[in-house]
Amino acid sequence: MERRPEVGELLDLAESVVGLAVAGEQLEVVVVHERETEARAYEGEVESLTVAESRGVGVRVVSGNQQGFAHTGTLDRDAVEEALAEARDNMSFATPDEYCGVAEPDGVAPADLDLYRSALADHPTDDKVALALELERLTLSADERITGIESAEYSDSVSETAVATTTGIRATSRETGCFLSAYALAEQDGETQTGFGFSLGREPGDLDIEVASREAAERATRMLGAVKPPSGRLSVVLDPWVSAQFLGIVGGTLSGEMVQKGRSLFAERLGDNVAAPGVTLIDDPTDVCAFTASATDGEGLATRRNVLIDGGRLDRFVHNSQTARRAGTVSTGSAVRGYSSTPGAGVRAVSVVPGTLSQADLVAGIDDGILIQGVSGLHSGVNPVSGDFSTGAEGIRIRGGQLAEPVREFTIASTIQRMLLDIEAIGCDLQWLPMKAAGVTLVIGELTISGT
Amino acid sequence: MHADNDGAPLMLAPDVLSETLTTAMATGAEFAEVFVEDRRSISALFDDGRVEELTSGRDRGAGLRVVVGDTTGFAHTADLSPSGLRSAAEAAAAAARGGGGGVRQVVLDQHTGPAPGPVEIMPGDVPKARKVALLERADSAARGSDGAVTQVAVRYADSHRRIQVANSDGLLTGDRQVRTLFSVSCVASGDMGMQTGRESIGHTLGFEVFDEVDVEDLARRAAGRALLKLEAVPAPSGEMPVVIGPGGGGVLFHEACGHGLEADLVAKSASVFAGRCGEVVAAPIVTLVDDGTMPGEWGRYAIDDEGRPAQRNVLINEGVLTDYMWDHLRARREGRASSGNGRRQGYRHLPMVRMTNTYLGVGDADPDEIIADTTHGVYVAQLGGGQVNTATGDFVFGMTEAYMIEDGRLTNPIRDGNLIGNGPQTLLDIDAIAGDFAMGSPGTCGKDGQGVPVGDGTPTLRVTRLTVGGTAA
Repeated sequence: MERRPEVGELLDLAESVVGLAVAGEQLEVVVVHERETEARAYEGEVESLTVAESRGVGVRVVSGNQQGFAHTGTLDRDAVEEALAEARDNMSFATPDEYCGVAEPDGVAPADLDLYRSALADHPTDDKVALALELERLTLSADERITGIESAEYSDSVSETAVATTTGIRATSRETGCFLSAYALAEQDGETQTGFGFSLGREPGDLDIEVASREAAERATRMLGAVKPPSGRLSVVLDPWVSAQFLGIVGGTLSGEMVQKGRSLFAERLGDNVAAPGVTLIDDPTDVCAFTASATDGEGLATRRNVLIDGGRLDRFVHNSQTARRAGTVSTGSAVRGYSSTPGAGVRAVSVVPGTLSQADLVAGIDDGILIQGVSGLHSGVNPVSGDFSTGAEGIRIRGGQLAEPVREFTIASTIQRMLLDIEAIGCDLQWLPMKAAGVTLVIGELTISGT
Repeated sequence: MHADNDGAPLMLAPDVLSETLTTAMATGAEFAEVFVEDRRSISALFDDGRVEELTSGRDRGAGLRVVVGDTTGFAHTADLSPSGLRSAAEAAAAAARGGGGGVRQVVLDQHTGPAPGPVEIMPGDVPKARKVALLERADSAARGSDGAVTQVAVRYADSHRRIQVANSDGLLTGDRQVRTLFSVSCVASGDMGMQTGRESIGHTLGFEVFDEVDVEDLARRAAGRALLKLEAVPAPSGEMPVVIGPGGGGVLFHEACGHGLEADLVAKSASVFAGRCGEVVAAPIVTLVDDGTMPGEWGRYAIDDEGRPAQRNVLINEGVLTDYMWDHLRARREGRASSGNGRRQGYRHLPMVRMTNTYLGVGDADPDEIIADTTHGVYVAQLGGGQVNTATGDFVFGMTEAYMIEDGRLTNPIRDGNLIGNGPQTLLDIDAIAGDFAMGSPGTCGKDGQGVPVGDGTPTLRVTRLTVGGTAA
């Protein structure tokens, strides 16, 4: 493959383009380089092995309160200059907006985070392939009812980003991440069920292949014999995998951009009690445990720990530099973007402060309910503007504090507003997942179950 | 680089491709392929009462695939020079871990495949100001429809994608794919909070789309949908008959059985439809087709991303499962031809089996009579995406405009939510199909992290029993 650029070279490129700014013009250049390896195993063979590099540059131009943007999927100098010309041309069509502009340095030093491991970058590809093959073997042998694998894969990425602006921002970051994931098929009496297991890390040594394979097998086999439950209102226990997806949606509604554009159901609610008193929701990209941790945001400012909901009270929205100017405040270091888009404002690493009880303890306290282990259709049945919440679900019935029969083909429904107020207990099992939120077992007092 | 030739857009010279394939085959591979892509895109967003931004993008590169036994090695590069391609070919060959060696010269046979879809006005030839003007008109129309419309986002996007495919079987072919998309998203606010409404159109055509499509009308429909829902009652919960309006139901088939008929999932027994070809899998009134050749439709192309011509494939004929959808690799293993369904998001991705435009054939029922014949149920006028577990067949799809049916009449609009069903059961539970066929909104289908444009369509139809995921008893 092509020679791999160092992050310093990415910054050099960004700086050199910034140097092309004309008088009265602001420029922001973001340069991204990513290396990925993905190995998939199937029936004891390598099904596919992808070894690839991606790179790209995004150029934002601001002049006379107008903004233009263009991007290109290469670091070639000619292509980047073409992008700059396109961005300038695009700018002339934008409506002037007094708040637009690139970020200004704010004096906050980026946290010193240990997110890059040379152990991953240098890890032999053969060993990565071996992990995928071993994951498949362990998952298949975990239980005799596991009859097949839809996928068993190892994947990793090494990503490097540089941001430079005419306002003096010079930021670089580099991160490594890897994960194992298995999707198992369990079969019994002609019925098939599926289960997902995974393990995350910054380097291959962090990965727990036993956990990934065992969880995939357990989640699949425990769904065997699942029936459709009757409709009704029940207490529901959200497994961390599910609660992380819910908290990610809640985090999305607290974007300063959504608030300012009248698309957040919490827009007028600062200072109100929007969640149960035990709920403290934090966005903290500086938490090294978060898979999505990063010391700098999409505009090159330092990320920081932001308390969004404090003891149930709505405390803060997250901002990039533009939404902050409009709101008369300062950026919370929450610009989110890739090289192919302008920065939005959003959360990056959301979690609730965990409680003290395990999932088993929480289940033991419920007389009649359902443990939800998977949801589907979050994009189609959850409306983050109106708050309507309805998803497909599967899980295990809880009777008399014990896990009972598996249930499937039903929906759970409420509203985002009510679910936050109905959180009755929070588990101690905080777990970071490959998404912008951590999961933790949550007990929701009442949800509508729609089944037979 | 060669000039864009409309018959078969040639991007890299045949001798460069031939040398690259020879390198890829040098360690004893059975199959090698070069996929070259050059994609230009423009997206303009009008939001919060102003032209927020115009974004231009350019992405080009090549993906190299090498197959040895059951193993596929893949590498990609943005460097389209002969040396860049050679490095990627070596990396893909190493990943496929061929051991044999031996020289095999690949001779390419320039293939005159189907012509690219006709485009009257190339988006690149249209001044940006004309594109922006459309946005302003749509915004004004949406806001003008009612004072309760409090926010409007309008997006225009076009893309011009040239692809070239060459493989070790000697194939050399190409396509030029143009897409134009326009969408309006509205928020309306009332005493009970906010509601949303969306409308979009998308075609494999150029700017001539707007000779037919009235963007103001589109905007008013999006606004109307948000306004309507301000009065919506909570959706019901439980099992009941569901009637789906024309154009609305494609997502149901995409999820209920479309994914389950993709040969890669079938081969892994990760589909409830595995091993069921020739069997009755649906009510006899059901004929389901996946057709990549439908002129102008969102999932249309001349050749797929493996160089195979798009086809019209009948998947279910009068209730009987006739065939699955195939890509090159799965078809090769079964000793049959690909069905032209090998697609990829871009050159950085491996191709796999994907749908194109999936639609349900018409029936002979009267749409009004289907509603009149339903005592208590739900009428879904617009669906909003879905998801399926192909191994169990359980699927969901969202409703973004729906009404109660009471005593054979549409009554209150209901709030957004999901419906859930099981694919094989739902196909058997379809008891009425009308003759009022329409295509639905342009969609993006996600599978294994790759998104590709797909279309779908249906006439009005009724499913005797689906579970509606609302909060009302």
